[in-house]
Amino acid sequence: MEQSGEYRIAGSRERVWEALNDPAVLERCIDGCRSMTPVGDDRFEAVVAARVGPVKATFTAAIKLRDVDPPERYRLEVQVKGGVAGFAKGTAAVELAEVAADETLLTYQIAGGIGGKLAQIGSRLVDSAARKMTASFFERFAVDFAA
Amino acid sequence: MATETGIGASVKRKEDARFITGAGRYTDDVGQHGQTYAVFARSPYARARLNGLDTSAALATDGVVAVFTGADLQASEVGDLPCGWMVKSKDGSDMVQPPHPPLAVSSVNYVGEPYAVVIGETLDAAKNGAEALDPDFEELEAVVDLATAAGADQIHESVPNNQCYDWELGDKAATDAAFAQAHHVASIDIVNNRLIPNAIEPRAALGEYDEASGTYTLHTTSQNPHLERLVLAAFVNIAPEARLRVISPDVGGGFGSKIFVYAEETAVIWAAGQLRRPVKWRAERSESFLADAHGRDHVTHAELAVAQDGRFLGLRVQNKANMGAYLSTFASSVPTYLYGTLMAGQYKTPAIYVEVQSLFTNTAPVDAYRGAGRPEATYIVERLVETAAREMGIDPAELRRRNFIQPADFPYETPVALTYDTGDYEASLNRALDHADYAGFQARREASEQAGKKRGIGFSCYIEACGLAPSQVAISLGAGVGLFEVGEVRVDVTGSVTVVTGSHSHGQSHETTFAQIISDKLGVPFENVTVLHGDTGRSDYALGTYGSRSLAVGGSAIIKATDKIIAKGKKIAAHMLEANEDQVEFEDGSFNVADSNQSLTFGEVAFSAYVPANYPLEDLEPGLSEKAFYDPPNFTYPAGAHICEVEVDPDTGVVTIEKFVAVDDFGHVINPMIVEGQVHGGLAQGIGQALLEHGVYDDTGQLLSGSYMDYTMPRADDLPSFTVDTTVTPCTHNPLGVKGCGEAGAIGSTAAVMNAVTDALGVKDVPMPATSETVWRALRNGGNG
Repeated sequence: MEQSGEYRIAGSRERVWEALNDPAVLERCIDGCRSMTPVGDDRFEAVVAARVGPVKATFTAAIKLRDVDPPERYRLEVQVKGGVAGFAKGTAAVELAEVAADETLLTYQIAGGIGGKLAQIGSRLVDSAARKMTASFFERFAVDFAA
Repeated sequence: MATETGIGASVKRKEDARFITGAGRYTDDVGQHGQTYAVFARSPYARARLNGLDTSAALATDGVVAVFTGADLQASEVGDLPCGWMVKSKDGSDMVQPPHPPLAVSSVNYVGEPYAVVIGETLDAAKNGAEALDPDFEELEAVVDLATAAGADQIHESVPNNQCYDWELGDKAATDAAFAQAHHVASIDIVNNRLIPNAIEPRAALGEYDEASGTYTLHTTSQNPHLERLVLAAFVNIAPEARLRVISPDVGGGFGSKIFVYAEETAVIWAAGQLRRPVKWRAERSESFLADAHGRDHVTHAELAVAQDGRFLGLRVQNKANMGAYLSTFASSVPTYLYGTLMAGQYKTPAIYVEVQSLFTNTAPVDAYRGAGRPEATYIVERLVETAAREMGIDPAELRRRNFIQPADFPYETPVALTYDTGDYEASLNRALDHADYAGFQARREASEQAGKKRGIGFSCYIEACGLAPSQVAISLGAGVGLFEVGEVRVDVTGSVTVVTGSHSHGQSHETTFAQIISDKLGVPFENVTVLHGDTGRSDYALGTYGSRSLAVGGSAIIKATDKIIAKGKKIAAHMLEANEDQVEFEDGSFNVADSNQSLTFGEVAFSAYVPANYPLEDLEPGLSEKAFYDPPNFTYPAGAHICEVEVDPDTGVVTIEKFVAVDDFGHVINPMIVEGQVHGGLAQGIGQALLEHGVYDDTGQLLSGSYMDYTMPRADDLPSFTVDTTVTPCTHNPLGVKGCGEAGAIGSTAAVMNAVTDALGVKDVPMPATSETVWRALRNGGNG
């Protein structure tokens, strides 16, 4: 699975960067996120309830930050475990570019794979589920950010 | 006795009333007081180390009774699941078998491999417990592609190059010499697509342990409960056979996938003993996709050497067969003794050489599936013959005729180890050509073209070897079990008859067919015959049902037992009628003294056997109950001609089967309606393979076609109304002259469909399944989907 996209966010690059690194913001903006807990400087653990087609489960995600270059870019390495629902793994490369003093262009590239029941039942659905989840995140992020 | 219920009559099935009214009794319908429920935790990875497994949260889950891991089974000295056929490589070495623990211990090797079982007071509790397991997997690079598996990462420590064996059959030098003489060589590269069995009833098991007697009882969905018992007793070490009873009640379809002894029922019966409580498991459909043994999955290069006049000179086959991650119960025999031996087909090809390399991959185990090796062999031979006919400009029916083994040639010894006893291949082909209106095909093709469609016709003249036999030959070739069958005929005091057969019926209608035989032979009313099967507590050691053997082998055992009944009845009748035994004849249900009007009914003789007032007790035991074992002297060789006509819409790639003709020679037929039903089912599966079904793993070993969203089963509207007919050359070596009909449809049809599709498209090959997308692409790039 590979996806990429970009979003324009009304706010300075520094503020966007801060928000993207704030567990409370992430918890509010990720659909189904039950918790987002920082573990040390460069790790988060998240619990997310998600649904891919008929597969519905509570997933635990271990997120590692890599190649962190504030406020410009980082890469997330994500390992997701869903018990009997299977697993997902992937990386997301995120870049922030200054468009104007109060406008930031966020671009992302996601690459990943799934396994177990997620793949068995959800392979053809996972792309659209991921796309939907990403769209929902940025929608909420924009609203949260403006608030 | 030709009656409305005897041999040859299309009697309505005895089984239908209970199936139609929902009164069938399947494994999952059986329940026991205090039973618990098992849920298996399965690997989400195709290949991983299992570095640890934390069961504490699972054990703490409400309603969880126990959690057992691979290590627990190992500590309890539960044995590995064995493979029952030892195949040897070209160099004489034994095949390489990786260890196959019922629950994975330290590594997992396919998605769906069970590594723990959680037992709960309820199914939900067990599921919650399974959810709470915390395994520590370390994912490894999976080996998925069969063609390159030999050079890939080594999956099992004990299996170099992932190779199970490198087997050969036939005379290589003679075959090479034949090719040197060839006027034309036709060659094909074929992928025989992986299939997933999809029996309508998922696998299930209910294990019980009786403390008072120390006896285990396992209800399970097995095609051969005695084999299940043998493996669980002798290899898995559950209990001696005498303290282990396996019952397979009504079973909803098997197609081979329920021959094998699997991890789940093994763990269930063991757990029942540990817990002293009944344990129940039933597969969810998702589990069936992952963990039932799959079928087919070959990659093959094959060549046919042909003389100028169209005579076949030689056949060369190089095949790679996928075993999956472990050897399933009979996996090794399928691409060898059930495949290479069939390469002569219906033809007098004098030199044949077959090489088969069997390889392990990180996919579900592959084993016998309806036809088991023979559909794969037929697919090679019949696609090659059709290719040769096209390339040489010879009519495909005519090319086959020129090469058929003729009726006068039987018994015919093939260059690949079989001796065909009888057949008339041209008779079947000619009948099929008539039904198909072959003469009118060209006009139909032109009409299609005028309508913007493409029409094609394809043939398949298949042979199969059924009723695998004889035991001594098979055992000398590596079989780990005998291949006989047992039948018992118990005449009751009042003349009704109970038949106990070692054959198992899971759709084949033995209760009807075997009752017809008994009714016919003993002259007792059909309604008074009851057939029992599927219970090691009722029948002697038996081999069960696979390879279209029930009638040819199981039926023959029943005939032998019936003959003993008649022989004893004659002795009793002679005493009662004060005649000499050799004067007594048995006909139409009565014992008659020759040249007299003295006679006794079968019922009178039976009554006397149990109420022996006037009975030769000093010479003869009372009772009228006989048992016989039958070990066939040879395989049976059903054969036939299938013709498929398709129309392809070039705009959409949709293939429509316009006509399908199957003319089969099964020898004598007991119940034509049941035989026709078996042929219909087989055709649906063979056509399903050609056009619809495909078990697909992605390159990390995830099963993509793991549900009915992605795995296409044939439906009624995918199929035409079949034209089914039979010709008869009776089998020469069994008492009923029968050959078996269970697999023929699946063996013959696939090649006929693909020959028709490639004929319509004017291309050499299209990969199976020929879905609309594949065909659409093939039309745009000249083949290769």
